[in-house]
Amino acid sequence: MKLPLLEKALAASRSGRAAVLLTHLQSGHQSFIEGSETIGDLTLDAATLEAIRKAVTDDRNMTVETAQGPVFIEVFNPRLRCIIVGAVHIAQPLARMAALTGYLVTVVDPRTAFASDERFPDVTLSTDWPDEALEKLKPNRRTAIVTLTHDPKLDDPALAAALRSDAFYIGALGSKKTHAARLKRLTGLGFGEAELARVRGPVGLDIGAVSPAEIAVAIMAQITQVLRAEPQSDREAA
Amino acid sequence: MGDNEDILQQAADWRAAGKGVALATVVSTWGSSPRPVGSKLALEQSGGFIGSVSGGCVEGAVIEEGLKSIADGQPRLLSFGVSNDRAWEVGLACGGKIQVFVERVE
Repeated sequence: MKLPLLEKALAASRSGRAAVLLTHLQSGHQSFIEGSETIGDLTLDAATLEAIRKAVTDDRNMTVETAQGPVFIEVFNPRLRCIIVGAVHIAQPLARMAALTGYLVTVVDPRTAFASDERFPDVTLSTDWPDEALEKLKPNRRTAIVTLTHDPKLDDPALAAALRSDAFYIGALGSKKTHAARLKRLTGLGFGEAELARVRGPVGLDIGAVSPAEIAVAIMAQITQVLRAEPQSDREAA
Repeated sequence: MGDNEDILQQAADWRAAGKGVALATVVSTWGSSPRPVGSKLALEQSGGFIGSVSGGCVEGAVIEEGLKSIADGQPRLLSFGVSNDRAWEVGLACGGKIQVFVERVE
């Protein structure tokens, strides 16, 4: 692999732009596709281009047989991000676990007593109001959003903004009763049943979690399940 | 993936420091395999490495081939698997098969 190509791949995966690296497995020749730009040594036929489109859509690396021999398609998708609304106790272990799992983490809370560097060392903090924060962060289909404040003033605008985004995961902390009341309020804001079904509440897998760290495990496990175990097409149908 | 980003960065850093560097990537898997397609390992000329292409079963062999690629500049396509009668050879205890592409970073 030529160093400039490696640096391009690295820059793409940092910036959040989608890109594809192609490697001919016999010769080692490579091409790099980003947007409408293709650089490199490979000649790509229609069947290979179709396979590339599929690999990008499915977010799956794969080797395909082409007329010229096997070609490895490596997909560089935007980085996974996790936006946590509410700099509360649970957010502390959750921010660390999400970072360990490979997510770029932002914790949002306008209450500066909660969102402090002392409570969240090494975490990107936003003290904007949640809907404004989400507008700036521009969640995409590689973003998970979790609300933890329990406070409708903060959670509701965050959830409304989340529902208007392509976020692959939206979770809201709160009991069944709290969640039912929340859905009622969001219905009042004009969201339909199918849209509200995207909000997972009570948040997290039901593993009997009690402590903040255990609840964070349950949430991180559910985010992972939605990302990996539920095919994209199902999500789009939902 | 955050993991691969760190690995590519390390490869670029080693290269910038003037070291010979190779990248190994899992390009196909069959059956159960410990790391998914696209998993990477980067190594430098004195044998330092970062990342993984299996649960640890074949890394030794991959590093050996990577050092050869650093020396001769040729890419290599390696296959690893395991069958019961050859289980003492380099292979995957989980019973899967993987293909690993090894290339020098120019």
